Amino acid sequence: MHNLFKIAIRNLMRYRRRTILTASLIAIGVIFVLVFVSASGSFKNMIIREITGSMLGDMEIHRKGYVASIDNLPLTLMMNPQQVKKAKEAIKAIPEIEAYSPRIKFGGLFSNFIETTNIRLNGVYPDMEMKTLPLLPSRIIQGEKAIKKGEIIVPELLARGMKVNVGDMVVVIATNKDGSVNGKQLKVSGILESATGPGGRDGYLHIEDAMEILRMDEQEISEIAIRIRDFDKLRSVANTLESDLSKYVNKQGKPVFEVNTWETLSPFFNIARMIDMMTLFIKIMLIAIVLISIMNVMIMAVYERIREIGTIAAIGTLPGKILSMFVIEGFCLGVLGAVVGNIFGLVIVHILDIAKITFDFSRKTGLVLSPTLQSYDILMVSGIVIIVAVLGSLQPALKASKMEPIRALRHV
Amino acid sequence: MGLIVAKNISKDYHAGEVTVRALKGVSFGIEPGSFVSFVGPSGSGKTTLLNLIGCLDKPTDGTLTVVDTNVLQLDRKQAAFFRGHHIGFIFQDFNLIPVLTVFENVEYPLLMVQNVEAGERKIRVMNLLEAVGMEKQRDKYPDQISGGQKQRVAVARALVTNPKLVLADEPTANLDHKTAHMVIELMKKMRGEFKTTFIFSTHDQKIVGEAEILYVLEDGELVNRQMKWGESHA
Repeated sequence: MHNLFKIAIRNLMRYRRRTILTASLIAIGVIFVLVFVSASGSFKNMIIREITGSMLGDMEIHRKGYVASIDNLPLTLMMNPQQVKKAKEAIKAIPEIEAYSPRIKFGGLFSNFIETTNIRLNGVYPDMEMKTLPLLPSRIIQGEKAIKKGEIIVPELLARGMKVNVGDMVVVIATNKDGSVNGKQLKVSGILESATGPGGRDGYLHIEDAMEILRMDEQEISEIAIRIRDFDKLRSVANTLESDLSKYVNKQGKPVFEVNTWETLSPFFNIARMIDMMTLFIKIMLIAIVLISIMNVMIMAVYERIREIGTIAAIGTLPGKILSMFVIEGFCLGVLGAVVGNIFGLVIVHILDIAKITFDFSRKTGLVLSPTLQSYDILMVSGIVIIVAVLGSLQPALKASKMEPIRALRHV
Repeated sequence: MGLIVAKNISKDYHAGEVTVRALKGVSFGIEPGSFVSFVGPSGSGKTTLLNLIGCLDKPTDGTLTVVDTNVLQLDRKQAAFFRGHHIGFIFQDFNLIPVLTVFENVEYPLLMVQNVEAGERKIRVMNLLEAVGMEKQRDKYPDQISGGQKQRVAVARALVTNPKLVLADEPTANLDHKTAHMVIELMKKMRGEFKTTFIFSTHDQKIVGEAEILYVLEDGELVNRQMKWGESHA
């Protein structure tokens, strides 16, 4: 095998200019894919981190049917204390779950004593919410980065429209599930930056204030947001939780709970899928580049070396070994292109990372692009290039191995 | 039984609708250790005959036995294996592999065809390079040596597997007269040393006399067999 590699490498060196050109073409393809994968991956991960770390959580537990009516924030589809207890038990049984936060979500009226408008609010336990959404404090652009009893954090656009500032007193009025209306005066403790996605324009208040406004005697919960330790295990944790909760059924035998990951709750998931699709197309382009380049070079190589093929076949080289010679040559060319492409790709990605390029997404401005490459990406791109290089050289190699020595020796 | 036994072999080539009969019912036998030449003008069928003996091609009719093997029954892979173990080739254009050094070219059949172990390979290659006087050029590439030196390397490559038979198609055609004689002398010396049968084709009258047995071909027919010590058969 070592000798086949030696012959292959020497043959590549023999046609140095052609080898350099082909390897460069493959390398450019690899660089393009790596830079795109790293930049788009960075953008995607940043937005997902923002959505899951400052609004939604990684996943949420709801009472079955709640999500279908989530735009109305239905108070009739909340989890009662027994159901909440069961959900918490299921959560605590899964060690991969880092934190969770029960929320009362409701819609109401917001008044600054002069004007009144609609508001969507999250009643939360501040500590639990901050642990579940560690990026939430970074969205509080004015005031205290905390949620205290008797205080409210108002979304930025609403505060601007209603001319409300930190320290102002406001009134929140809401109708509870029995139709009774109640209101409470709260002090504005902070202004919350608006964000794209569900919950991105909601205000926050203490869960006990929410219970008081909604006149709840016993606590009912709209949703439980969950943060997991390793985001890569999202699917498996969600499946485990769903499976654990599936044993709780109502009188009709239907499940009481539903578990939704951020993917089903946020429309950004569709953008993320589009990014993945684009990455796939870029990879297909890379495959085409490698396939055409390698096939072209190897067809040339076979054509130029017909007499050599005839000679080695005449002196007894078996067809399989002749095939291996050319396949290994294609393999080496693929490896060369992949290695050079990876080196330059990593350098370019590192430069982009150092350059701290900023971009805006929706209302989020100044997001810093920090492209990084996972070893998985590098291995996958290299694997594609090398496998395609081998496949691309197969046809010319087969042709060489099937050549009749007598005809090959006669070739001029 | 002879090393090669050919009975009534013919070879046809087809070019479109035209059939050309390159060999017409040729019969002969060659004993082990012989130094044989097939001579004749261009187009007489010398190369065709050598290709058949070398299992590079198959006769259209007749029977051909080489080293006790009916070569007509060999498939592509078996023929390659047979060539690699029993036959050495010397080509008119030397046909050395340009990316391999002199040493590596001679080593090639041992390494890639016979899978001989490294230590033995080195001994056998160096012995042959010394025998053909090319040991000092062992690290040079084919484009760094002369035509005569290339053919000496080709002789070494043909002999390195200890074949029973070496076939040389016009081995001196691309060499000057002096070098051609040197190569033929080298082949004779190697025959003496390794007891290998050498068969070469030529139309060069100056080296025809070097052969011990001479077969004369004309228009695909064997018209004469001469032996150096005077025997002649029409």
